[in-house]
This record gives sequence, structure tokens and C-alpha cells, in this order.
Amino acid sequence: MSDTNGPDEPARGDDLTAGPAASGEPDEGQARRRVIGTPAPAQARTLLPEGPGGPAPAVRELPADPEDLPGAKRAERAVAASFTISMLAGLGFIACYVIFRVHTVNNVFHSNLALGLTMALAFLALGVGAVIWVRRLMPNVELTEQRHELRSTPENKAAFKKTFEEGADASQFVKRPLIRRTLIAATVPVAIAPIFLLRDLGPLPEQSLDHTVWKRGTRLVLFGTNRPLTPADFNSPGSSVSVIPEGFADNDDALAKAATTLIKFAPGQLQKPTVLNWTVDDIVAYSKICTHLGCPAALYEQTTHHILCPCHQSTFDATRGAAVIFGPASRPLPQLPLMLNAEGFLVARSDYQEPVGPSFWERS
Amino acid sequence: MSWITSRRRHPAAGYAILLLGLLLVGALYASITGGGAGATAAPPVTVNSAQISQGHTIFLQDCATCHGMGAQGTPGVAPGLIGVGAAAVDFQVSTGRMPAAELGAENPDKPPVLNTTQTHAVAAYIASLGGGPTIPTAAQVSTSGANVGLGQQLFVADCAQCHNFVGAGGALTNGKFAPPLTKTTPTQIYEAMLTGPEAMPVFNDSTVTPDQKRDIVAYVTGVRKEANPGGFSLGRIGPVTEGLVAFLGLLLFMVLVAIWITAKHGKTKTHE
Amino acid sequence: MSTNRALEGVGTFLDDRLHGARGIRIFLRKIFPDHWSFLLGEIALYSFIILLLTGTFLTLFFQPSMSTITYHGSYLPLEGVKMSRAYASTLNISFDVRGGLLMRQIHHWAADLFMAAIFAHMIRIFFTGAYRKPREVNWLIGIILFTLGLIEGLFGYSLPDDLLSGAGLRILEGVLQSIPIVGTYLAFFLFGGPFPGNDIVPRMYILHVLVIPGLILALITAHLFIMVFQKHTQMPGKGRTNQNVVGQPMYPYFMAKTGAYFFFIFGVLALAGALAQINPVWLYGPYNPVAMSAGSQPDFYMGMLEGALRVFPAWQWVVFGHTFAFNVFVPALVPLGLLFTGAAMWPFIEQWVTGDKREHHLLDRPRNAPTRTAIGIAVITAYGVLWAEGANDILADHFQISLYLTTQIAQVAVFVAPVLAYLITKRICLGLQRKDVHLLEHGVETGIIRQLPSGEFIEETAPVDDEARAVLESRTDYEPLPVIDEDSDVPAPGMRGALGKVRSRLYNVVTESVPLPAGNGHGQHEVEGNGHAAPAAVSGGPDDAPPAEGSEH
Repeated sequence: MSDTNGPDEPARGDDLTAGPAASGEPDEGQARRRVIGTPAPAQARTLLPEGPGGPAPAVRELPADPEDLPGAKRAERAVAASFTISMLAGLGFIACYVIFRVHTVNNVFHSNLALGLTMALAFLALGVGAVIWVRRLMPNVELTEQRHELRSTPENKAAFKKTFEEGADASQFVKRPLIRRTLIAATVPVAIAPIFLLRDLGPLPEQSLDHTVWKRGTRLVLFGTNRPLTPADFNSPGSSVSVIPEGFADNDDALAKAATTLIKFAPGQLQKPTVLNWTVDDIVAYSKICTHLGCPAALYEQTTHHILCPCHQSTFDATRGAAVIFGPASRPLPQLPLMLNAEGFLVARSDYQEPVGPSFWERS
Repeated sequence: MSWITSRRRHPAAGYAILLLGLLLVGALYASITGGGAGATAAPPVTVNSAQISQGHTIFLQDCATCHGMGAQGTPGVAPGLIGVGAAAVDFQVSTGRMPAAELGAENPDKPPVLNTTQTHAVAAYIASLGGGPTIPTAAQVSTSGANVGLGQQLFVADCAQCHNFVGAGGALTNGKFAPPLTKTTPTQIYEAMLTGPEAMPVFNDSTVTPDQKRDIVAYVTGVRKEANPGGFSLGRIGPVTEGLVAFLGLLLFMVLVAIWITAKHGKTKTHE
Repeated sequence: MSTNRALEGVGTFLDDRLHGARGIRIFLRKIFPDHWSFLLGEIALYSFIILLLTGTFLTLFFQPSMSTITYHGSYLPLEGVKMSRAYASTLNISFDVRGGLLMRQIHHWAADLFMAAIFAHMIRIFFTGAYRKPREVNWLIGIILFTLGLIEGLFGYSLPDDLLSGAGLRILEGVLQSIPIVGTYLAFFLFGGPFPGNDIVPRMYILHVLVIPGLILALITAHLFIMVFQKHTQMPGKGRTNQNVVGQPMYPYFMAKTGAYFFFIFGVLALAGALAQINPVWLYGPYNPVAMSAGSQPDFYMGMLEGALRVFPAWQWVVFGHTFAFNVFVPALVPLGLLFTGAAMWPFIEQWVTGDKREHHLLDRPRNAPTRTAIGIAVITAYGVLWAEGANDILADHFQISLYLTTQIAQVAVFVAPVLAYLITKRICLGLQRKDVHLLEHGVETGIIRQLPSGEFIEETAPVDDEARAVLESRTDYEPLPVIDEDSDVPAPGMRGALGKVRSRLYNVVTESVPLPAGNGHGQHEVEGNGHAAPAAVSGGPDDAPPAEGSEH
């Protein structure tokens, strides 16, 4: 852009704001250097139609150079240095990608650090260079642009109204109610049909929320090791462990409702409303699925006999039927009825006697 | 000194003072908060009557005030110790929880008061009163051959709800807390599972077998040693610290950059 | 130069076919006012672009499948553990793809920054009154973008199917299930059956990579187009009126600045991706419904919901064989619902109360709209209390506060703190206004002391300079509400009945300000030469009862 101005044309401060200014001189000076033929691009631009900011500026709107030229020279070097650092960092990124291996935790640490730091440096150096460029190399300007009221002129609005009404009349939409009404009637089913297409997103819940996979005789096995338990195994008062129904270790859908906490108490600690018939040897089983929102409520405090759910701090008293003593849960944890099978292992006497987990509308 | 005073009105002077102050406070805080227990793995325990009587002496000096002369306990103050076993004593004393400094919601770990020999002596004495779980052997806590994957599965199902995914610790009710497991020795982890200290449940050897305890120990000790491949771990707590970094780090930095970009362009200055 | 000729050639080619010269010139000359707070929206915009870029990379490697496999990959602590393909592919990206962990971390940090920036931007718009006519539509678009961002983030961090995010999905299922009448159907339809099922990860995936980004992109485009078309607002100052924009043109200034900002954002996110570990799913382990960790929280932008769930009491009705689980669906739907609905309605409520239907292009200094600022701070305080409650177990652990006490404090603070915040902020704003009036009346202290002949010392003050005067004097001068219709003696339309009385009293509260000194100030909408601000209620009169809880607007 700068080559259209003669080299001896000074930067001028009074061209900073858009506005009319004397414009005869520069053209003359340029005309002397001109090769006869097509006008200079600067002059050609003045032939553009008026923009909304006012009459097309005949002179520069933006000065060509900043005021502080020596400072600009220093800034130019700083910007160039920044961009060079960025380039080197970019190349470094590519090199690090090739050099650094992954597949172990330590290798990934080094690779991630190297790739990330080089990428960060590449971008940050670009950014720093660009900012110094704007602040020190581009001349300081403040321009003003006029706003126009956003609402359309009354003429335009009237014309719009006229066109719209003429079109509405021509379309017969208003005048022929039968067409209008049958059209609306036709679009309604088509519009709501896609909702029906969503029906097969999933099965209906029906009664499935009321039951778990626990049945009479299902053995309790330890989560993770799938070992069944006898009361003799689980005989230390203050013990608490996660158990699941045998055979369902790989079935997450079943476990999401069937996970159970087994707790061993000392004699005499269990009270009503714990159903003592459902306990074996002061071993009691409660659903692990919190009745608030379904997180595993498994934090058991041996000293206070409290089961705390870590999600929203619902707390249940394990000696009193897992009754709620704090927190947003509104129902106690269901108790799993226990008994011993013929071999002496702990098994379920039946399924939970109430739906497990968070409340739902159909739960009575 | 004049170098500092001549720059006291420098634009960055305030920030420098603030930074210095923060560094000093941080260093002070770090120096006064201790780590967890520091005892090393237990050497083989041989019990003899000399050890038991030494333990008895120490017990009378340091423990009987709360636990009673015969370790029968004092209601509302300290539980009875008959039958808790050497493992429980070793855990409590080697982590410094016992002797307790004051009665509170929970006894935190602190630098141990008794050394290893003394600890084993007291443990032998308590074991002589009523038996109970023994101190695990080195072989039991060695993690060679451990199934770390199983350890992880057991840990997240039975331990993480108190101690957090990787054992960074968590809150319990009424001022209690599950301590972080960053400094606990393999022996102490084993003993804690075995004896169920304070609010922690008991995981006896027939529920979580010694092999499985070893797997859990292997998982905990392995994961806490593991490097953080993504950078600083931010405490391994999860989204809370991540969100703080996003707001107070990233967003704040971008605001500062924005202030720089849109600041009025420098008037003619003689330096950059 | 030949570059110029080449550029002209391309330009002419396009212009001959697409007619762009005038329109693009207008665009290149668009003036952008300069203020750092105007760049907050750009943080969100560029974070979104970075999300698109890094996200595309991740889609090349991620497998959105919940089928179970046994892991035999590079991360040894999980050797032999059963997990979903989604989780295994995330481990693969983290440990077996060069740059994979970096892309994952940049993606997640960018998501956090996106939401934080939207939050900051929205607050800036609110406190400066930039949502007023003609920008209400953009404000609504912004609220929709905020909501979409929340959902997008929730789905995004749930895709790896790890223990932490799986617990979050469990909570989502519980919330859906609790909704009366349709809850169980919604839950079963979303998850394709009982929780967890096999469908949720692939379904979230397509919503996360296609549908929601498409919507966000379209809305961002509309948001930016409207902003450029209406021209940006500007802070009050010398030479700045409601009818102009003062600043620097798009080309080359603003382009360079915004480009630089993009590089900074990308750079800082890359720095975070290199130095700060985020979402270390290998430490959480794969999701299994029996496991749980202490200190489980969703990402911070969901923190308010989490806090609401923790703070709400255990209220439930079982009536006629049906359960109304208030303890679940009320905290899940009501606070956020109130927040977004209130925010969406706010520009129109303010218009109704003040009767101000003019275009506003000059921003308010927050102190000059004391009631609006106080309400905003009150809402933020309520939000903040719930947010802190969402992390209450971590706070309890680290600051050694009793766990239950944190919830009990939050249950009280969520009502009390916003009221206190409103009162305190209002007083601070009015105090700052008094300081401004003092400056206008008495001028700036010069530090020059003079002794009068009578012996007393005075400090010389200089009148405020023009630039500062323009800022100090800028006020939205509200027109008084029409009380009586001039033709009849009937109350004016809009002022009738009880609603009219409410409107009148609210008007007094909302427009309460310290008036400018006589002879100063032309307001922002001055047409006649009247220098007085509108006869709004003068400070010193009693406040009307401040709104409770910050949720009334």
C-alpha cells in the first residue's frame, strides 16, 4: 500500500479522523510520477459509491506509519524475534512428536510435556508478536462511525406491508379458509410423527423397577473375587463389605440395582425397625444403591454405625433398618432378607421387599 | 538496601512484595504441617517375655491413663484393648495416632512418639492379654506377584468411597475424615484393613484374604508412586480443583492479556 | 507490485460473481470500540473453535461403544480389568497415541474455559446493560448457548465411561426417574432400558459430536452476525454518544488483535494441557455400578446443580400410590430453571418497569444502575452458595469443617447471603455514585496547597478533565412513567390496578440513583438541552423491600 505514496510524503497527524480535508496536493505530486494510463489504485478507490460512514474519504483515513518511528524499528525487531521463536517452537513440536515415544506412564509424561510446551510457545509467541505489532507498529487511530437507527424507514415498512398483504391476498390463504384449515390439519400429523419414531428408543419400564435379580437361594458373593461367604468367614463385628448376587458379576444392569452391603454387628446392636428375621448371626444386608439418586452408598462408619453416601451425604443408621438420619434421601435403604442354605452359605431369602434405588412416580 | 528503596515505586513493586509474602507464608506452612506416619516396614517380630514386660512398662507410662491399668478401657474416653491384637497396636502407634494428644472427633496421624522396638514391645504386651490379629510379615505385605487390577477393583468397591479413587482422603461425618494414603506404609495399610481403626470397617482375612490385601496394597502403593502424565496432578481430587484452575488460572490470565491488548497505545516513550 | 495485482485479480474474479466490494468494505471498516471486557466473548468463541479442532482429532480414535472387553494395553495397573470399549479407547488415546493425551487435555481445558468465559461474558453483558434494546435477541441466543454448552460438556466428559462420570450419569438417571408421570419413561428411553444399558454412550456421542455442536455453531454465527450488524456497544467517554461508535476499524487493527487473542487462548490452553492434568480417567477406573469414590463432583459448570441436590431437605410425598420425590426433581429443575428463565425475561421486565423503549448503545457503568447491579450480585451469590455446596465434602476435608455443618450453613446461606449481598452492593453503588458526584462538584485534588490571606490552608482542586467528565456524567436518564393520561384523568395504560402500583414502586427502586449535580450531565439520550437527570427517586428515601432470595427480578 505504501508504494502508491511518494517516498517524500510525510506522515500526517491531521488525517486521523475521517472527514473532509484538502486533497489536491498528493494527487499532483503523484501525477508527476505517473505513467500515463490507468489511474493509481488509490485514486481508483475514490470512484467507489458512498459508504454509510459519509462521503468517501478522498484522503487517507488511516495514517501510513506510526508516530514513533525509532520505537517502531525496535518493536519490529521484537515482533520478528517473537515470530522466529514461534517458528522454532513449531519445528520443535514436530521434532518432539518424532522423538518422544509413548506407551508407558513416564514416557507419556515426557511426550505430553514436550509437545504441549512447544505448542504453547509457538502460539504464545505468535500472539505476543501480533500484539506488539498492533500496539507499536500500527499507527494510533480512533475513528468514528455513525450509527443508523435500526428500525426501517416508514416508507420501507409501508412497502413491506404492501408487498406482504398483496402476496397474502394473491395466495388466497386468507380468503379460502377451507384450504387453510385442511393445510394445517395436514401438517399436524406430519409434525408430530417424528415423536412417535422415538418410541423404540427403549422398552417401557413396566414392573422392572420393582424387582432386582435377587431370588430365594441366590448366594451372596464378594464383589471382585466372587467368593461366597459363610457367617464364620464374616465374623468380625464392625466388618462391612460389598456383595453381589452370584452369577451376575458381568451384568452391569443387574448390579446397578442388586449391589448390596453386608455388615456384621456385635450381638444386641441391631434394633427395630431392622427386620431381625432377615438377619443371620447379627449379619445384616442393605441395598447399596442410595435411595436418593442411586450412587453406591457404601461409606460405613464402624463407630457410629452410619452408612454415608458420598454423593450428597445422605446418612443411614445401619442398626435401625438403615433409617435416614441426615441428608436429602427420603427413604431408608431396603433390607435384603438373608438366610443360610444347606451348605451354610449366606443366601437371599427372597428379593428385596420394596423397589431399590431412587424414587419414581409409580412407586407406592 | 538503596537498590530496593530506589525501586519502591516501580509498577511491579507491589506484585513483588505480594509474591514474596505468599512464598514466605507457603514455606512456613509447609514446614509446620507434618507428613503422615514415617515408620518403616516391620522387621520380623519375635515375642519373648522380656519384650512383653518392656511393653507393659511403656503401656503403664503412656497408655494406661486413658486405656486403664489393665487395658480394660475407660468408658467415653478410650476403648478396651483386650483382643485387639498386635496389629492394631502397631498401626495406631507407628502412625503416631497413639498416644493421642487430645480427645477429638478422630485421632489424626502425627510423628510417632515410640520407636519401632518400643512399639513392638507394647504390641506384644497387648497381644499377650487377649490375642487378636498379628503384625503382618514382610512376605504378606510384599507386592511382588500381586494382581494390581484386582486390587483396583476391590479398592474402588470397598475403600474409595471414604479414601477417594487413589487414596487422597475424604470427609466423614462430624469432623471425622478418612486420611490420605500417600505416606502410609504397606504394613500400616495391611494392618488398617485387618483391624478397622476408629471409624474404618474391619476387613478380616476371611473376607478379604491376605492375597487380596496384598493386591490392594500393591494398587495403593503403585498408584501413589505413579507419575502424573498430564502434568501437575492438582491434588488428584478431580473436577473441583480443575474448575478452580480454569477460573483463577486460565480465565484470569486471558483477562490480563485482554487488558494488555486493549490498553491505550503507549504514548511516546523512551524505552520499550 | 505483483502481489497487489494478484490480489486485485482475485478480488475482481469474486466481485464479478458475488458482488462484494461495497459490503466487504463496510465490514472492513467496522469500528470496534476498545475495552478489555469486550474480549470475554472472544474467549468463548475461540475456545469453541479449539474444541472443534481438538475434538475432531479425538473422534478419529475414540470408540463410542459400551461392549465389554478385557484390557491388555499399555496402562499396566488396569491389566486384565473388564471395561467398555469407550473407556479402553480413551486409555488408548492417552497412552498409545502420540499427542493423544495432549489433545484430550486441551479439549477438556478448552471446555472448562468455554463455560467460564460464557459465564464471565454474560455477567459483563448484564452489569453493563448491554442486553437492552436492540440486543435482547442476542441475549436470548446467549442463554441458549449457555444451556447447550452445559449439556455438551456433560455429555463430553461422560463419554469415556469412567467411574466419576458414570456416577454422574447414575445421578442423571435418578433425576429423570423422579419426574412425575413421565420420569421412568424418560429414563428408559434415554438409556435404552434400565441403567446403565448399552446405548447411552453411543447416543451421547452423536449428540456431542454432531447435533449440539451444529446447533452451537449456528447460534454463534447468528450471535456474531447480529452483533456486527447492530454494531458493538461502547463504554461512555468523550465523543462517544448513543449515535456513534468510536474505536478502531476491523481491518487491520481489530483483525490483528482478535487474531492475537486467538493465539493466546490456544497457547494458554496448550500450556494447561502440558502442565496441568485434567480428567485422569485411568486413575478413576472404568465405570462399575458397585464402586464409588469420595469427593465425586461433576465438572464445575454443573456444580450448582450438584449443590442444589445436596442442600435440599428430604421432602417426599407418597399419595394415592404415587411418589412425588420433591427432594430430587425440585433441586434438579427449579434453581437452574429459575436462573435461566429469570435471565431470559430480565430485559423485558426491566423495560416494563422503567418504561424505557429506546435503543441503547452506550453502556452503563455498573454503579450507575445500582438496583440492577445489586440484583446481579445477589443472584451470583445464590449461585455461588450452591456451587460451593457442590464441593462441600472436599471443603470439609480440606478446611476441617464438620461435613454436616457445611450443608446446614448452605441451607441458611442460600437465602440469607443473596439478601445481604443485594443490600451491601446497592449501598456500595450509591456510595460510588456519591464519590463521582463529589468529583464533578469539587474537582480533582491537585496536591497543591495554598495559603489564603486569612491564614488558612486550602488544597487547590482542578475541574475534572473532559474525558473523565464524559465518563462521570454518563447516565441512562430514565423518563418518568406516565402516571395520568393527559386526555382523561384516568391512570395511564400500563399503570392501572395493582400491577400499576407494583410497577410504580419497582420503578422507584430500579431507578434509584444519586442525582448528578445541577447543570451537569446530559444523560445518554439528551435531545433537549435539559441538563437534569430524570426525576428518579433520590437516595436517602427508604428502599423498597429488596427482593428475596435473588430469584425475583
